[in-house]
Amino acid sequence: MDMTFTPAEQAFRREVQAFVAENLPAPIARKVADGVEMTRDDMSTWMQILAKQGWLATNWEQKDGGPGWSTAQKHIFEEECAAAGAPDIIPFGTRMVGPVLLAFGTPEQKAKYLPGIVSGEMLWCQGYSEPGAGSDLAQLQLSAKLDGDEYVVNGTKIWTTQAHMADMIFVLARTDNSGRKQDGVTCLLIDMKAPGVTVRPIITIDGRHRFNQEFFDDVRVPVADRVGEAGDGWRIAKYLLGHERSNAAGVAGAVRMLKKLRAIAKAERAEGETLMQDQDFRRTLADVETRLEVLRMTAMRNLARASADKPVGAEASVVKLGMAEIRKDISELSMQAGAYYANPFDPKAIREGWGNQQPIGADYIFKLAPDYFEMRARSIAGGSNEIQKNIIAKRTLGL
Amino acid sequence: MDFELSEDQVLLQESVTRFVADNYSFEQRRKLVDTDQGYSDKQWSQFAELGWLGMPFAEDVGGYGGTPVETMVVLEEFGKGLVAEPYISTIVLGGGALVHGGTAAQQQELIPQVAEGNLKLALGFAERQSRYNLADVQTKAEKSGVDYVLSGMKSVVFGAPTANKFIVSARTGGAARDEGGISLFLVDADASGVSVRGYPTVDGMRAGEVTLDGVKVGADALMGAEGEGFGALETTIDYAIAATAAEAVGAMSALNDMTLEYIKTREQFGQPIGKFQVLQHRMVDMFIAHEEAKSMAMMAAMRIDDEDPNERRKAASATKVQIAKSARFVGQQAIQLHGGIGMTDEYAAGHYFKRLTMIDRSYGDGDYHLARFGAVS
Repeated sequence: MDMTFTPAEQAFRREVQAFVAENLPAPIARKVADGVEMTRDDMSTWMQILAKQGWLATNWEQKDGGPGWSTAQKHIFEEECAAAGAPDIIPFGTRMVGPVLLAFGTPEQKAKYLPGIVSGEMLWCQGYSEPGAGSDLAQLQLSAKLDGDEYVVNGTKIWTTQAHMADMIFVLARTDNSGRKQDGVTCLLIDMKAPGVTVRPIITIDGRHRFNQEFFDDVRVPVADRVGEAGDGWRIAKYLLGHERSNAAGVAGAVRMLKKLRAIAKAERAEGETLMQDQDFRRTLADVETRLEVLRMTAMRNLARASADKPVGAEASVVKLGMAEIRKDISELSMQAGAYYANPFDPKAIREGWGNQQPIGADYIFKLAPDYFEMRARSIAGGSNEIQKNIIAKRTLGL
Repeated sequence: MDFELSEDQVLLQESVTRFVADNYSFEQRRKLVDTDQGYSDKQWSQFAELGWLGMPFAEDVGGYGGTPVETMVVLEEFGKGLVAEPYISTIVLGGGALVHGGTAAQQQELIPQVAEGNLKLALGFAERQSRYNLADVQTKAEKSGVDYVLSGMKSVVFGAPTANKFIVSARTGGAARDEGGISLFLVDADASGVSVRGYPTVDGMRAGEVTLDGVKVGADALMGAEGEGFGALETTIDYAIAATAAEAVGAMSALNDMTLEYIKTREQFGQPIGKFQVLQHRMVDMFIAHEEAKSMAMMAAMRIDDEDPNERRKAASATKVQIAKSARFVGQQAIQLHGGIGMTDEYAAGHYFKRLTMIDRSYGDGDYHLARFGAVS
């Protein structure tokens, strides 16, 4: 057994570090550090910088326009980007739609959409959930009825991340209500500017805008923009689940949060000492740090399995569960470190920063409560903790 | 032993319940907290007419002679509707400081104005470096002839933007973090040298940074004896812990009702999600957390006026420890059980969660009060 990366992988890590240090625009890095909301411009600037280097579609083979990296390289890349404070890219194009089109798309669809995905010029979002179809996704009702060589789409999608920035949406729609629910689902690619598409922002309790609800009102979608056959949607969605990103960015994100917490604990004083000198606080911090080591190692074991082409199933749920809990706990501990100064809540400053105004209290404390609120979604989105445990119970334990 | 409310207390409870039902639907509250002021003057006057503003004060200063149990009754119902009027800052904190620390003359002059709804107060007890230690006071009050000159800053003062008068702790002697040498002063909000930077807090209510820049006050602004204000301040905060505990219990009760209703009606996998045993047990734990918090809020209401300061401290800290635990669990799990909808600003659950989160950290978090309880018991 050996848990070190090879010399070649370590050299690659240095290459990524150097590239990000040199090319990540300072204003974008500052926004990430300050937790300020990214604009579409920020996102596409960074994604196009990566694309020019050939590092945007990191999970693609070389023949398809990707770098053809090993699993370990992808892991290292995500880890280093997150550690350097680069924004998370909008993943739906390269990590979801791209792989789906490569596997199931027509030559025309590939020619039409893949170049914009690889270059980062076309931004995508993904419409899965609906108000009545959350954990039980097969309930989805977005209706697509064939009318000549077009589908007429009616209904709504919800919790769509970054839809307000996206050019295109990849949706699961219902084309058939007669048989098993899963069999009537079809994948469609819809232009966000098509007549009849409206986007309603959903402001979350942290005061930020990340999610949206989309309404489709007699939206006409050419059959040429259907991926696979009618009724293939569920199979394609399941194929995508197998392509979920690794947990590297999640671990690195938690490491970054912890680093920030340590800085806060060194700056904040209680009883004339720093919080870091407080025995109780140090114990709690140590508990979180050891748990993060556990998660890091578990994620590494998954990485080793994936590198050896062994299936990673329930093990990924173990890491997702741990990651959700630890990020929630670090954010809660950070908010506690802020004491009374975690109370001020100015949504404009949360989203855009203070501008010319003096921050209330210390700027690094101001967003701790919003971050804590935001982190509550970690155990809900992308399959709630309860669903993750059901997966482990069913698939691994055979219950 | 009798844990039932008296007839009068039941009438009081019914009248607050009715007010909350009529005026604090989630949509009504949302509109209200989105206004500049964040609460309604009309409703504040209504509180005065109904006798709620004078309730905890003695009859000889224009109050109704209520006990902490009456305060509990009012705040528990307020908690159910997340009432946004500055009741805690004016009546519990400001009024409490007058009662526990004010001179007879100050009480005679100010409490009737408070009870009539014409005077709003705010208590400045925290500073940038103080965290939860009430004795960590750096704001200075220096003698200048018969007057005092106050300089310093008071942090996150609840109700500051619309307070007419502040009560602030300031050091007239003693070393940093000494309990001795702390005095309480009354300061007019419009006095020269006072500036307030107001802002909303995470619960939709208002607070502010209060800066005192060479503020001159007369000797009649000093509350009680010079250098001996700490006891009154600590007592006031312990009373506030008891009152806020009741508010938290009300908020938890509303949030549990809402969550229970949701899991009974939200269907996934062909049945209400409340049919899943894992969620049933979670909901039961939330129910238990509320019951435990309720027990402690009742205990605090009955014991906070204990004449032995250590008994009072124990009652307050034990209550706060449980409130912190319960509020955190109920708040977090209510969001989890609601799923995505619970995360949205347009749905009530998140707002209850945010108020509970703030209560958890007001007047000292659970860890702080666990240590305090250990130190005094």
